[in-house]
Amino acid sequence: MVAKGRIIWVSGPAVKADGMSTVKMYETVEVGNSKLVGEVIRLTGDTAFIQVYESTSGLKPGESVTGTGQPLSVLLGPGIIGKIYDGIQRPLGEIAQKSGSYIGRGVHTDPVDMKKKYHFQPVVRKNDGVGSGSVLGYVEETPLLNHSIMVPPNFKNGTIVDVISEGDYDIEQVVVTLETSEGKIPLKMYHKWPVRKPRPYTERYDPTVPLITGQRVIDTYFPIAKGGTGAIPGGFGTGKTVTLHQIAKWADSKVVVYIGCGERGNEMTEVLVEFPHLIDPRSNRPLMERTVLVANTSNMPVAAREASIYTGVTLAEYYRDMGLDVVLVADSTSRWAEALREMSGRLEEMPAEEGYPSYLASRLAEFYERAGRVKALGSPNRTGSVTLVGAVSPSGADFTEPVTTHTIRFIKTFWALDTRLAYSRHYPSINWMNSYSGYLEDVSKWWKENVSSEWYDLRAYSYNLLQREDTLKEIVRLLGPESLPDEEKLILEVARMIKIGILQQNSFDKVDTYSSPEKQLKLVKLIVNYHKEAQKALKEGITLADIRTMPIIPSILKAKFEIPDEDIAKLDQLDKQMHEQFDKIVHSGVKLIV
Amino acid sequence: MSDSINIEYTKIAEIKGPLMIVDGITQASFDELVEIETPDGERRLGRVLEVGYGKAIVQVFEGTTGLAIVGTKAKFTGKTMQMPVSPEVLGRVFDGLGRPNDGLPEPIADKFLDVNGEPMNPEQREYPTSFIQTGVSVIDGMLTLVRGQKLPIFSGSGMPHNILAAQIARQASVVGTKEDFAVVFAAIGVQYSEAQYFKRSLEESGALRRSVLFLNLADDPAIERIITPRVALTVAEYLAFDLGMHVLAILTDMTNYSEALREISAAREEVPGRKGYPGYLYTDLANIYERAGRLKGKNGSVTQVPILSMPADDITHPIPDLTGYITEGQMVLGRDLFRKGIYPSVNVLMSLSRLMKDGIGEGKTRSDHSEVANQLYDAYSRSQEVRALAEIVGRAGLTGIDLKYLDTGDMFENNFLKQNLDESRSLEETLSRAWDILSALPESELTKIKDKHIKQYYRHQNQQQSNIGVAAAASSSSSNST
Repeated sequence: MVAKGRIIWVSGPAVKADGMSTVKMYETVEVGNSKLVGEVIRLTGDTAFIQVYESTSGLKPGESVTGTGQPLSVLLGPGIIGKIYDGIQRPLGEIAQKSGSYIGRGVHTDPVDMKKKYHFQPVVRKNDGVGSGSVLGYVEETPLLNHSIMVPPNFKNGTIVDVISEGDYDIEQVVVTLETSEGKIPLKMYHKWPVRKPRPYTERYDPTVPLITGQRVIDTYFPIAKGGTGAIPGGFGTGKTVTLHQIAKWADSKVVVYIGCGERGNEMTEVLVEFPHLIDPRSNRPLMERTVLVANTSNMPVAAREASIYTGVTLAEYYRDMGLDVVLVADSTSRWAEALREMSGRLEEMPAEEGYPSYLASRLAEFYERAGRVKALGSPNRTGSVTLVGAVSPSGADFTEPVTTHTIRFIKTFWALDTRLAYSRHYPSINWMNSYSGYLEDVSKWWKENVSSEWYDLRAYSYNLLQREDTLKEIVRLLGPESLPDEEKLILEVARMIKIGILQQNSFDKVDTYSSPEKQLKLVKLIVNYHKEAQKALKEGITLADIRTMPIIPSILKAKFEIPDEDIAKLDQLDKQMHEQFDKIVHSGVKLIV
Repeated sequence: MSDSINIEYTKIAEIKGPLMIVDGITQASFDELVEIETPDGERRLGRVLEVGYGKAIVQVFEGTTGLAIVGTKAKFTGKTMQMPVSPEVLGRVFDGLGRPNDGLPEPIADKFLDVNGEPMNPEQREYPTSFIQTGVSVIDGMLTLVRGQKLPIFSGSGMPHNILAAQIARQASVVGTKEDFAVVFAAIGVQYSEAQYFKRSLEESGALRRSVLFLNLADDPAIERIITPRVALTVAEYLAFDLGMHVLAILTDMTNYSEALREISAAREEVPGRKGYPGYLYTDLANIYERAGRLKGKNGSVTQVPILSMPADDITHPIPDLTGYITEGQMVLGRDLFRKGIYPSVNVLMSLSRLMKDGIGEGKTRSDHSEVANQLYDAYSRSQEVRALAEIVGRAGLTGIDLKYLDTGDMFENNFLKQNLDESRSLEETLSRAWDILSALPESELTKIKDKHIKQYYRHQNQQQSNIGVAAAASSSSSNST
């Protein structure tokens, strides 16, 4: 029975209604005369506490509230990719057609175009037995994406009694009719799924394949695996958003879900403007053909911000179930936590740290646990993954605040952004001493098999130099650089080269924005070789001054943007030139001593 | 939006701080405008913050002084607060609630707009990419402002943020005079003299008739400040998107705004967040700052330069902190530079313009612009490190190249950053000054600049000097290590 009550109290996004005894927890309801979308978050007697996903301005006691009988759900089917949705899967493009430049209230539209025709190719036949998650056929959603039409996950096994023949249909078309113990069930090209419920899978695998992002400090030093979790906390201006944009642009996944959660409107616009023109380096197709945006900007209603995270991750799981690698980036989980805090405050719950509700940690854990590399339900065998990367915006750039500390407990890769590095324009300002990756050992096998057996050692060698520099810098700070012996001064010099030539990466430079794994490896190797040669030269009695003014150095430092991936052989030439120059100075140096 | 028709209520249950609780309500809606009459017959405005059956919490903008439980009348108007707008608002001065303050009658309204605005649909935004030349080197060269950006000035008490904002308003309005330009200025709890300085500055440059001023001064009611930026931005949006003008909106001082918000939150006994500010301060500020930008199919733009003073110069204080998370960068004024007498005392290392990358480069400014800016940042940052080091080990303990950077830092502050209040530099001049500084460094240090740009712009007459620098570096390090 559908609940029907009336509003008794309004305060911001929170509304109380009575006469709601038959409504369920987390059921969506229509609030007020303009039928605003809301969700029940607490029940006391016949009073329901509702968070409203739209502005409640002008709402007044006495207006009606109607239950829908459904939890907050998203529609899953072809037509999602390329869209920009708000936090509850309303397409913003279509909303604009109805309400203009500003987001109107009470606007209801279908999340996808129900009339668009897709070319359906069945892969099952009459009398085939299928179960939950089994693929029934394919449609081309975008030229980049072959979309599997699957049996929804919550189904009993059944036998196909009818399949439609190959052809062009809209998504309302019944494509397969299934005979199950519960009778005949027609299946369309789409189904609905509640956002707060993780989609099931058969089995979970260990994440062992790195997600290649083309960002050197990430891929080489702090890698994340497909199906893994990562967090990127940083104060304002440290480059969280730029880094997330870079991952969304260049990650080698099939689908990208970008959640703008309580962030700037222009950042979403930037993605919308830029992605259709950016070409995926692997498929030569526009990046927008694999991207879906969920935008709930900072000035949009706060409750929908809370929902946007779940909407996004459900979309990601759906594509994972097709056997695809999906990356979800959420910018920023702190704003989501603040939305939780705001609703919790209005519910007058007892606050934990800094006013956040006590269930903040468990909600974060639930979210990050929806990442994973899994074997999907049904046949054929498919392995897909959801990689979750969340930005955290700690207040005052203080990493001891609750959202950061709780997030760290549930993620395995931690990219700590550093305000001081950002001030000195070292971008991405990922602090190499404070960051870590729990996937290092797991992914080293992939590097060994696919790029080079030297990867692990080169990485360790160069990272060791950075660590030593960190200690030496303390001495320099107290006593000045001249207090160090030449070998240690050389370390400072080489560490500087690693910082400029490898760690710093300009997202806005055409060449530098993406480095292939091969290029990353060669750049590291170049500088490691430089260090080894320089050490030898020092032993030969060459002065440090001669070594650090070698004409090859600027070329090494600029190789990242002067040598594109297509000309990667030039890096080998550079390496050769470097050895030659060393030969020369060692040679002439020896002469001098003689 | 409400069908209640101006019912007057007289049953006041409670008055505390800026809040008044009205009882016996039958028809009131959330966010509705309330007209209040004090026992003495004075009229005030208020807004519904919370409404339940029989009870409404009303926030009184002009303060609750003089209100009484008996004799106060509250009329619920059935509409949210609106601002009457028409082209006539240009050249006018209003108070903090949008009522005329210059002795002239209320402008004849073309339409009434809800002061709260509505969120712009991100899909309908036009991405900001047009460069605004402010004539201030540090801004044009390193913190480029683009049309539709929100770029605040983070200042501290006594520092010249208003002078800088006025200079931006004057000089930005001169360039591109072909296009319609307007300034909307909202004074939020500032001193009379500051507001007056701004007004005079607009007057002298002849921009006053293209400006709209909203004044809530330090002695005006604090709660009114909640509305001041909202009415100002409502007018700004009208000028930009209805009349197609390029509007520069200056809001000063957002710290006073946030304090008014805290006052209300405390009166409502809400769970406080950091430093007593409400947990929704971020969302509330975002509702103001996000009202900047451009829209598809519309000519105009709203560019915001909010100003806020950081309490005790602390950038991690919740107000600058949350602002920085919302705005597209920040210009931070530095106390050290201010003490040195350098105007504008912008601490470039702490400052940032997020939209710069899209407003500069080939076809917009110059192809070397972004590389030059990056290298300048790098050079100045290193000069600061060396400066700190020199304080401990002295100049003698520095290598030759470090000394070069030390000098670069001084050159940067004196020849690039520093400029006069009435000096408007062309972009060419700004970049040329930048290359002067970079050319004082050896060519091999310019690792952020492509070789072709070095060939084109690096001043080779200095080449010899830089070689000497390298040689000095070489000799000093070798002599020390042996």
